[in-house]
Amino acid sequence: MNRRAASIVGIGQTEFSKGAGRGETQLAAEAIVAALSDAGLTTDDVDGLVSYTIDPVEETELVRALGIPVISWSSRVPYGGAGSQGVLQHASAAVTSGAARVVVVYRACKARSAARFGRAAVATSPTSSHSGSTAMQWCIPYGILTPASWMSLNATRYMHTYGVTSADFGRAVVQLRDYAATNPAAHFYGRPITLDDHQSSRWIAEPAIRLFDCCQETDGAVALVVTSASRAADTPAPVDIAACGAAAVFEEEVASNHYRPDITRMDGAVALAEQLFDVTGISRDDIDVALIYDAFTPMLFMQLEGLGFCKPGEAKDFVADGRLGPAGSLPCNTNGGLIGEGYIHGLNLTIEAVRQLRGTAANQITDARTALVGASRTGVILRQR
Amino acid sequence: MTPVEGNPGEVTRPAPILTEDNKGYWYESARGRLGVQRCVQCGRLQHPPRPMCPVCHSLEQWIIELAGFGVIHSFSLLHHPRHPAFTYPVIAVLVDLDEGIRMASNLVCIDPAEVRIGMPVQVSFAPAKDDTAVPVFEPRTVTA
Repeated sequence: MNRRAASIVGIGQTEFSKGAGRGETQLAAEAIVAALSDAGLTTDDVDGLVSYTIDPVEETELVRALGIPVISWSSRVPYGGAGSQGVLQHASAAVTSGAARVVVVYRACKARSAARFGRAAVATSPTSSHSGSTAMQWCIPYGILTPASWMSLNATRYMHTYGVTSADFGRAVVQLRDYAATNPAAHFYGRPITLDDHQSSRWIAEPAIRLFDCCQETDGAVALVVTSASRAADTPAPVDIAACGAAAVFEEEVASNHYRPDITRMDGAVALAEQLFDVTGISRDDIDVALIYDAFTPMLFMQLEGLGFCKPGEAKDFVADGRLGPAGSLPCNTNGGLIGEGYIHGLNLTIEAVRQLRGTAANQITDARTALVGASRTGVILRQR
Repeated sequence: MTPVEGNPGEVTRPAPILTEDNKGYWYESARGRLGVQRCVQCGRLQHPPRPMCPVCHSLEQWIIELAGFGVIHSFSLLHHPRHPAFTYPVIAVLVDLDEGIRMASNLVCIDPAEVRIGMPVQVSFAPAKDDTAVPVFEPRTVTA
């Protein structure tokens, strides 16, 4: 894709909480109005809507709530949170092809007060809102019922292969909680932890995932406004989409990636990195800030390796060296991540990347000009204009 | 084979979700057989089952009964959250079968603290609801 073909011109969000006390459609509408206001645009300008297949808010209801005159592009991305950056790819494709002029990307959920992701439920259908989780039917009769349980099977093998310990994961969580502690929007604002705190948190899936390795089930909504790079010039604070990619590889499932030959490696992330770096000529050294989908700490490690920021098995040393911190070589999840800030299914990481490039983040990284957002198999690289 | 867990008359393990594409596998399983797809045309073994061979696109699949010997490729002791159908910690495993396929299952008849990657295992069958049964694994006691 042409490097400056599409831009993010507005971001918006609701508060993140454990009980929003209102419906998802309202949450989405609030975030979208905030994002349009941020962009200096109105609902009359919007002609495209993109979300996740799993999002409960219907386009018809949003149009009704917002008063959008005409929608000429609507699409949804599968893979749950792993598709969370694919929405930017869809929006970019729409505005660069001319199918739409201004596309709103949104995700609204009541993931704590309503449909909890982490609940132990026995599914009655093999599919889950077309999120790509049909293969989880092979786990249900065995009590392997939650995202943490699905992914922990990969994580245990990863630990075994590379000699990684729970404490290695804990060091990353301490950093994430440090970032969250100074981000007023974060669930864990003002609540940093020590490695001992992490190590004494209870097991969720032993030996890979403790309570403090888990993202926060959250109520809230996030929205972004995408338009062409040329239209973006008329908006107050555009950030360019320098690259976007998606890589769903053969027999790599969304959360239960159990059948690839080497389950310690996220092959989708490896393929995604080729699209983001090798094809575009952007270097990993160019990345000033990384936002990486940390549903559970082991997945952060495996993506650091899959994306090529370090070699297989070396994420533990990368983390222990402080690379993810504000003074490190790859400041990562500066909002506290999904573990520290909250879990709007990954899209809150994208607006943190935009804030960093605008210079308005709570934990602002000095001279942040290029940011990567990676969600295992979908990702974007954003650039300051 | 003899069921290895569950009280008589009180089976709590949920039944498999039946689909057009998987019903052959679960039909065999309910009868105590580990029946895996093998492509009639190219001979590829595959799991989970699917409606088409991804290599040669044949629609014809044999169901082959496997011996059920393998090793633990990975495991996880699931502590939380809990579902009333299961006993905790649930021992979740990925088993690499000798024939070259992998499957998610449970390891039974073992102290959770003793589970190790690489451990040799053999198939057994655990009763599930609706008069079904699912393959589970136990530490190997016989020679493959």
